[in-house]
Amino acid sequence: MQTLFIVAILALGFLITFQIAKASEYVAVLRGEERARKQSNKVNAFMLLAFLIIGLIGVYYCNEKLKGKILGDPASDHGVLIDRMLYITIIITFIVFVITQVGLFWFAYKYQHSEDRKAFYYPHNNKLELIWTVIPAITLTVLVGFGIFYWYKITGEAPKNAMQIEIVGSQFKWEFRYPGRDGIIGKKYYKNINGDNPLGQIWDDAANHDDIYVAGEPMHLVINKPVKLIIGAKDVIHDVGLPHFRMKMDAVPGTPTTMWFTPTKTTAQMKKETNNPDFVYEISCDQMCGKGHWSMRGEIVVETQEEFDAWMAQQKPKYYAVFPDKDPSKPKTDTAVKAAVAMAGAQ
Amino acid sequence: MSEATHIHPGSVGHEVAHDDHHHGHHEQSFITKYIFSQDHKTIGKQFLITGIIWAIVGGLFSVLFRLQLGFPGQSFPILETFFGHWAKGGTIQPEFYYALVTMHGTVLVFFVLTAGLSGTFANLLIPLQVGARDMASPFMNMLSYWFFFMASIVMISSLFIQTGPASGGWTVYPPLSALGQASDGSKLGMDLWIVAMALFVVSSLLGGLNYIATILNMRTKGMSMTRLPLTIWALFFTAVLGVLSFPVLLSGLILLLFDRNLGTSFYLSDIVVAGEVLPNEGGSAILFQHLFWFLGHPEVYIILLPAMGMVSEILSVNSRKPIFGYMAMLGSLFAIAILAFLVWAHHMFVTGLNPFLGSVFVLLTLLIAVPSAIKVFNWLTTLWRGNIRLFPSTLFAIGFVSLFISGGLTGIFLGNSTIDIHLHDTMFVVAHFHIVMGVASMFGMFAGVYHWFPKMFGRYLNATLGYVHFWVTMIGSYLIFWPMHYEGLAGMPRRYLDKSIWKSFNQFGDLDKMITVVSIIVFAVQLMFVFNFFYSIFKGRKVTSTNPWGANTLEWTTPINPGHGNWEGEIPEVHRWAYDYGKDGREFIPQTEPVGANESKH
Repeated sequence: MQTLFIVAILALGFLITFQIAKASEYVAVLRGEERARKQSNKVNAFMLLAFLIIGLIGVYYCNEKLKGKILGDPASDHGVLIDRMLYITIIITFIVFVITQVGLFWFAYKYQHSEDRKAFYYPHNNKLELIWTVIPAITLTVLVGFGIFYWYKITGEAPKNAMQIEIVGSQFKWEFRYPGRDGIIGKKYYKNINGDNPLGQIWDDAANHDDIYVAGEPMHLVINKPVKLIIGAKDVIHDVGLPHFRMKMDAVPGTPTTMWFTPTKTTAQMKKETNNPDFVYEISCDQMCGKGHWSMRGEIVVETQEEFDAWMAQQKPKYYAVFPDKDPSKPKTDTAVKAAVAMAGAQ
Repeated sequence: MSEATHIHPGSVGHEVAHDDHHHGHHEQSFITKYIFSQDHKTIGKQFLITGIIWAIVGGLFSVLFRLQLGFPGQSFPILETFFGHWAKGGTIQPEFYYALVTMHGTVLVFFVLTAGLSGTFANLLIPLQVGARDMASPFMNMLSYWFFFMASIVMISSLFIQTGPASGGWTVYPPLSALGQASDGSKLGMDLWIVAMALFVVSSLLGGLNYIATILNMRTKGMSMTRLPLTIWALFFTAVLGVLSFPVLLSGLILLLFDRNLGTSFYLSDIVVAGEVLPNEGGSAILFQHLFWFLGHPEVYIILLPAMGMVSEILSVNSRKPIFGYMAMLGSLFAIAILAFLVWAHHMFVTGLNPFLGSVFVLLTLLIAVPSAIKVFNWLTTLWRGNIRLFPSTLFAIGFVSLFISGGLTGIFLGNSTIDIHLHDTMFVVAHFHIVMGVASMFGMFAGVYHWFPKMFGRYLNATLGYVHFWVTMIGSYLIFWPMHYEGLAGMPRRYLDKSIWKSFNQFGDLDKMITVVSIIVFAVQLMFVFNFFYSIFKGRKVTSTNPWGANTLEWTTPINPGHGNWEGEIPEVHRWAYDYGKDGREFIPQTEPVGANESKH
């Protein structure tokens, strides 16, 4: 009913506009086309000027209304650089924006058709053209310079003390792996992937024995400790998007990628700063990955080293879940041994 | 030259022999005149009308998915009536949503803004403005349209199959587009998409080669390359870009077809999909992106350059002033065409691309801003101290410049890899390319349609409807896309159909509603334009003079309704460039007028 109503209104509005338009054409023919054209020229010239003024006010209003809704201060060291680059660019482009838009609409208004004026024959002026080649070139050199300087800082080698975490995307979830005590993430092979071995770890690689697998709960990071994410995907391309840290990197099946940053605010701090007790760092998938793309959500908790250690102490390597008899904390039982043998056979 | 062309072997003899202005083509059947026509003007109209139909389809898709974005989860029972299980309970299902965005992108980028824009105006304007009776090969030209038509049929048919059309985004990145297990849209729909695009590439090559050959070889006497109107230069570079880049897309798509159906591993490696371990190893998913964007970026300019050319022409004609800095305009077109091939990887800054390589692409990408800036300042100077007649075509041309500035400047954000890390694949990108490539090029196309409609059909479009069309579209475009940048600055990813489960992106509900309402209004006004278009073909006010806008270019020296062959007698000779407006106190001096003895030099 409502839809019908809207369609009816649109049709009616359309009909009225059309009738007016047709009538105005007849009137124009009757009164002399030249006169009608002059009048519509005046109206449209005025509208262009009004559009400029109202448009610029609108730009200001839009900014006032929405600037509070973008994400606030960045929560990583790289985020600070990215935001700085963003604001440098905003300032420069906004100046250019205002100058050119004002010029465009003002000229269109000021030089609207008039019988008294003759257009000025002005085919070229090399000096002017040189000016507006050189000035943009210099401005862009500055932007490129800053951009590449920050870009190398962000994409350069991760510091030696960086914590390594593997993050793997698949339709439509995120899984994480910590290197465990040895600090080395063990090797994996995708054909090993099955229900008990979601990442396809190679159990022959001793580095895998202490690796911690985490899924269905947030990734834990330590404040002010650099973290290097080793990013992979199982099925299609995903993308690890971390809006609060201003970081992003594709997860490509078959081609591991990396990205590093240092979180500078704990989740608790952010809750306070944003006055939002429900605040969480979110991982969004930023690369179209199928029908659940929009819901491929993960979370990150940034905490102090002590909190992190306490959390880590509760985690068990996946290796022990697959081979319970290897777990030093569990007494060996006959059934566990049998289960392990059965599983090894299944491998 | 002209007499020779009269019986040019490329033209069909019996058509050219009867190119009188009484429409006395009695030997021509309806089929050879309107359907399998080899007249470039008719082919141009065919491209335009097919493009308009596609634009309605593509635009309607955007209205449908905007409904979901503005009113997530709300039920619109009418949708279920039309779309059945795709809109179960009246809400757009995720598969449907992704099919809609994918087809919206494909249709608008390729079928409307490539075929509909350069197909229309290259066909209409090249022979008319260079002074030729028809294209170099009218037959190839006809094939170009009919390949496009076949591509359209295949693409349309993919909408009606059980598993739905392609739904992995218009960029169809594998592995998603290669694996039917990963998405319903990657089943039969994807094969049809590839076949349709292959046909489309054939059409584009047949057309492009023809445009290039015509511009280089068939200019009339006196029409040196530097006397060509900028429209022709723009269409020339467009054709060159298309000829050099579309084959790369085709090769990429063929490899994709192999991966899908023949078990090859060009793009596939280490994949476990829906619990199934695939045997493919050693492929690279990123390879496809390189191949795709090697077309994909030039494609942006394939869309934009014709609009730039037409805007240059229309602003100059209606300011009654020469285009400012013709050679600089030409140089910047050339620079853009070259750079278009050297920036593709800026779409791939966050794919794990080598950072050094990334920085090279930053430099090359931001370089494009220089020729773009030259163009903008030259357009402004063209308006400066002009005597501007604000027809709908002029307004759309001015709107084009405004949008090109706004969208071009946000390109400086995204082309800078540092900022791109944050903004990549967010709504900021959507806002950016819709303004600069989508809406701006649409404005260029509208400007062209309003300006050349009298040449196409011998009648005028209704101007009042034109003004309403312009103002609603102009205001609407800014209302839709300007605030969208803020969603992107907040990091909101594109292609999210519902943000309610997110804590970081769910603060824009009201904004999304506003955008949806405005897009519906803007869409309705486009329908009004379509109505104006078809109504005016038959009932519009008749054109009474051959040169209604007082323009210099050659198309206005033909009869009001030119027959096949364009000029009744000899093809006119050209004595000057196309932009002698307001020179020596004369309002305009057509290109055909010999240079006077006392005429001042420019």
